[in-house]
Amino acid sequence: QPDPLITEVQPWASGWGDGVDATPYGLPIEFEDDVIRRNVGWLTADTISSINFTPIHALDGTITPTGCAFERHHSGAIELKKEDYRLMINGLVDKPLVFTYEDLERFPRENRTYFLECAANSGMEWAGAQLNGAQFTQGMIHNMQYSGIPLRTLLEEAGITNLGDQIKDKWVYAEGADASSNGRSIPLEKALDDCLVAIKANGEALRKEHGYPVRLVVPGWEGNMWVKWLRRLEVTDEAVQSREETSKYTDTLADGTSRKWTWVMDAKSVVTSPSPQMPIKHGKGPLVITGMAWSGRGHITKVDVSIDGGANWQEARLAEPGTDKAVSRFYLEIDWDGSEMLLQSRATDSTGYVQPTKDALRAIRGENSVYHNNGIQTWWVKENGESENVEVSS
Amino acid sequence: EKYGLGREALPEEINAWTVEVFPDGKNLPEGSGSVADGEKIFGDNCAACHGDFAEGVDNWPKLAGGDGTLADKDPVKTVGSYWPYLSTVWDYAHRSMPFGNAQTLTVDETYAIVAYILYSNYLVDDDFVLTKDNFLDVEMPNADGFIVDNRDEVEVPKFSEAACMSDCKTDVQITKKATILDVTPDEGNGEDTAAADTSAETDTAQSDTAQTDTAEAPAQDAPAAAEEAKAEAAPAESLSADPELVAAGEKVFKKCKACHQVGDGAKNRVGPVLNGLIGRQAGTVDGFKYSSAMTQHGEDGLVWTEQTVEEYLADPKGYIPKNRMSFAGLKDPEDVKAVLAYIESQGG
Repeated sequence: QPDPLITEVQPWASGWGDGVDATPYGLPIEFEDDVIRRNVGWLTADTISSINFTPIHALDGTITPTGCAFERHHSGAIELKKEDYRLMINGLVDKPLVFTYEDLERFPRENRTYFLECAANSGMEWAGAQLNGAQFTQGMIHNMQYSGIPLRTLLEEAGITNLGDQIKDKWVYAEGADASSNGRSIPLEKALDDCLVAIKANGEALRKEHGYPVRLVVPGWEGNMWVKWLRRLEVTDEAVQSREETSKYTDTLADGTSRKWTWVMDAKSVVTSPSPQMPIKHGKGPLVITGMAWSGRGHITKVDVSIDGGANWQEARLAEPGTDKAVSRFYLEIDWDGSEMLLQSRATDSTGYVQPTKDALRAIRGENSVYHNNGIQTWWVKENGESENVEVSS
Repeated sequence: EKYGLGREALPEEINAWTVEVFPDGKNLPEGSGSVADGEKIFGDNCAACHGDFAEGVDNWPKLAGGDGTLADKDPVKTVGSYWPYLSTVWDYAHRSMPFGNAQTLTVDETYAIVAYILYSNYLVDDDFVLTKDNFLDVEMPNADGFIVDNRDEVEVPKFSEAACMSDCKTDVQITKKATILDVTPDEGNGEDTAAADTSAETDTAQSDTAQTDTAEAPAQDAPAAAEEAKAEAAPAESLSADPELVAAGEKVFKKCKACHQVGDGAKNRVGPVLNGLIGRQAGTVDGFKYSSAMTQHGEDGLVWTEQTVEEYLADPKGYIPKNRMSFAGLKDPEDVKAVLAYIESQGG
């Protein structure tokens, strides 16, 4: 039967489309309007201090489109004009300084692509499978290209030579301009290593929800430390022990003691499609399994995929060589026979760290950790192509 | 290499922004506050979310209790049971609270609130006065409950063994399923539809346990007296007829929406829903816990009209002393008019 979409002249092949002035700054076409950030209402008392989730199930490649990159605010996303922006560097520096936004633009800057993952990503899954969808179980992540000034450059402008070899014992306390301030203490060594003071993301000004006009970039470390609306950096002798580094973002183990300063994000991966929000609709035959992998300790060197719940693994194909502290995309093309699969992915990073199972993590940490759940995700793909979030025996 | 950019920070500027308090008390200003004063200040500024006894309301953080639960399933983490340093409590209350009205507490008010939170956790007696001088004498029960990240020693070696590629296990069984809980939001509108009866903990600042927000009582019909008042008070032409005024009001409402909701699906939050505001007797939204001062004013005949809202918002604490709204107010009558136009356009 000939396809009328081919044999008949369609309206779009005959009439006009939009002129170039129709959308001076564009959004995705209306047919993609389900590819959006989503909130889980029961998680928090109010959206002003809450989090939403990147629709990772529907995305491909590695760069997260800025408009659907997840948000996390502690006191709402504020509107701070460049003209009203000030950055202070004070504390144990030779000369405390204040920079305007225009001052920052005059420093040499770098372009670097990094993932930002909330420490609580997959946090709802510690006690067992709970949410159905890669977006909800693993969507507290985005991966962007930042243009920014090395934090080292700004600290050296204020002068840290007086510290000599005490540098390894010192801290930088970073705080934002919003009501929460979200202050975090960062070891000075990390600040001097690879942190950036970012003024652009994915080539354009930071979005309001990502800290316009200036945010801190702390590669590989938990997202809470990437202070938004960055207003002050103070070099100190000790950690401030702020709310976000004591009462929150600490990990309580089974015996009731808690780990603090658990900054680095361990290697992790997830199959984004097929997944609960991305059912297989085409039946058996060629199937593209794809997902993302990342590590806060280095770059992704290998991703393995299992379709039988971890009994046997095949090495997936990395779309590009991994880069440090950035998302890698992987693909595994299979000939699906239409039978059930227990689909998993497992990341290995450049330090040799292999993503563990959830049970392996629980054996060490118990179930009350909240943060830093990098365990292997399982999707139970059924014969009809639909998937469910499950866990399997080890 | 120096670029000679920026300018030297002035001492006043450094002082204005260097407000963090360290565990050893560094940067703590001179001052004091009693448990008794704290009880009142807490009631006025904090209790709407944290409860009269710091026990927490709905999904808002509990600040008291949880003693001895850290090794249990679903530990209750409060100032008393979890926080290792008192400095953090002072710092956070002074810097970021009350929610939606941060940096309005005085130094002495902050001492008093911290004293009251300690009292709520049975850590001090009711006659206790917290000062800069005795600050470090307070013992935090979980001060020794933390260790520095030891993943490099405890986990990394174990997780750095060569990965098994085949016949890694036999008899793979499904052990847990997400559908049993069914707490995934409906994709259609991004709203959650299923009741979440779960104990999973989240990281979010305002929630220690994930649970359904149950406070969904719709605003009750206004009492008859208020209905009459509404008829009398209703302006000849509604404010919301002016789209520019409504648009201006939407901007003004940003100051309100940290605590108040209006429109379809609005719920009581820190403040009551504003649906049906105009013509309503003060202190009568069902399911909202008002201050006794607000309830009394309503019973004495206060009905919200454009005029009374304007008078109230010009000076909330002066117009109704001891009411709970911790908001400085709207001084410009035009702002009040605009925000009322917006509220009305949303069903207020």
